[in-house]
Amino acid sequence: MADYKSLYQEVILDHNKKPRNYGTIECPSHHAVGHNPLCGDHITVDVVVDEGRISNIAFQGESCAICKASASMMTTSVKGKTREEAETLIQEFLAMTTGRVPHEACPHIGRLAVFSGVKDLPTRVKCAILPWHTLNGAFNAVGTTSTEADADPMQTPIGDA
Amino acid sequence: MNAIQTALETRSSSLLDVEKIRADFPILGITVNDKPLVYLDNAASSQMPRQVIDRLVHYQTKQHANIHRGVHYLSEVATSEFEVARRKLQHFINAREEREVIFTSGTTEAINLVMHGYGRKYICAGDEIILTTLEHHANIVPWQMLAEEKGARIRVVPVNDAGELLVDEYEKLFNERTKFVGVTHVSNALGSINPVKEMIAFAHARGVPVLVDGAQAAPHTAVDVQDLDCDFYAFSGHKLCGPTGIGILYGRASILEDMQPFKGGGDMILSVTFEKTTYNTIPHKFEAGTPPIAAAIGLGAAVDYLSGIGMDAIAAHEHALLKYATDQVQSMPGVRIIGTAGQKAAVLSFAVNGVHPHDIGTLLNQEGIAVRTGHHCAQPVMQRFKVPATSRASFAFYNTLDEVDALVAGIRNVQKIFT
Repeated sequence: MADYKSLYQEVILDHNKKPRNYGTIECPSHHAVGHNPLCGDHITVDVVVDEGRISNIAFQGESCAICKASASMMTTSVKGKTREEAETLIQEFLAMTTGRVPHEACPHIGRLAVFSGVKDLPTRVKCAILPWHTLNGAFNAVGTTSTEADADPMQTPIGDA
Repeated sequence: MNAIQTALETRSSSLLDVEKIRADFPILGITVNDKPLVYLDNAASSQMPRQVIDRLVHYQTKQHANIHRGVHYLSEVATSEFEVARRKLQHFINAREEREVIFTSGTTEAINLVMHGYGRKYICAGDEIILTTLEHHANIVPWQMLAEEKGARIRVVPVNDAGELLVDEYEKLFNERTKFVGVTHVSNALGSINPVKEMIAFAHARGVPVLVDGAQAAPHTAVDVQDLDCDFYAFSGHKLCGPTGIGILYGRASILEDMQPFKGGGDMILSVTFEKTTYNTIPHKFEAGTPPIAAAIGLGAAVDYLSGIGMDAIAAHEHALLKYATDQVQSMPGVRIIGTAGQKAAVLSFAVNGVHPHDIGTLLNQEGIAVRTGHHCAQPVMQRFKVPATSRASFAFYNTLDEVDALVAGIRNVQKIFT
């Protein structure tokens, strides 16, 4: 059973309220827009990769608290890291939030483990992974990415009526 | 008047023995996250009473075979029960004849049937179809597909800030090219009850047929298709305490007879040779293939159940719930109700300042409260009210004032977490 209280814990609420690295970068080396068409959320991610290392990163957009906190913590986690290190972290984050790998088995996940509870909320997984999808899209020069893309590990639609 | 006085008045004015009714619904007794379930997502799908569940079990254990086919005992029983269900639905909406009642998979298929059977035959290049801002995507997209195919044009009736259709604007949209009107009886996103009877009379005076999307109206109010004088009326079983996979299209017999079939297959033919197929009479012409027999019979049991309680009593109880909820929620700082039409069904769409609807939905779920969050398949409504999504509590006759209190406490808790 999901421990929701651990999902909406202080660190996530804090990053939602005071997102770090929020905004845009004038001349990014990498840029992408991410959409979650099911809820209308969208974010942009700007990155400056300098000699293989992420020297600056920023995000901006309209989203729920889970998405915004995930984006904020993503930026603080990957800033200063090499692109390869960031890509490893993207894979670990996706594996953890989709429930494929427990957070204990993700050596680089660190405090991002606060998002591990989202794996029990299938309709919210996409909120947490949208920023990471978008960063991945930026690295691979995919201008626009979507949580509904083929590569998306979670294809759970959000129903309607 | 304070909330307690309102509650007392509401409690005493309710015509329903809600506790007795709730005992009919096994699912209402479950817990979610260790809290009693508070099910406020009835506009998406309602729950099923034991009477309907038992009817399904009885059918599957004693009566099942394919219909309109064999001469054996079970086929005759199944056919008879299926047609009995059709008559129950006929009476439920006061249709003149049972052949005007077509079983479909739901409202969406019913509307698509009209688009294919009527629209593709009669709507031509340059013709205009009038829809409204309040339509569910199910009553927008099929018509867009038709308009694209035929070179026809969609015209849209606007709404005011309360979420009420602007009837003057509707009337101004008519011209000699107007060939069809599609309008929802009740908005699924806002709850607005539209003046469909007047709109139909206006269209008919200009020779234009009208389809009413009744998906949100049929569960909450007595529907009389003869009084409305609509040409088509579509609704779903699963919002009416019935099973999923079954719905109804009412169509005026004279129009249905002239329409082309929607799907081809068994049951919808009188004779087939490779040279020529002769179609069956209505309603069978529109019921190709083996229908969801159990679901249709279950829907018959569901309308029996609702009629037993009384649609007027149901409407009165739901109205009391809506009034109580509206009074409480609109007095909460930082909460905005989206949709404040004078005539509303029991739908409360709201936005909380600074909190995304999905966070509201997850946090209410933590308290065992089920609401719908999102665009409600009504993106034009969201665009009109400049919100990406809303949270929506939608009430049924089995909901209680205590459950409204739980919702209000849940919203307060959300605000507390996000301050």
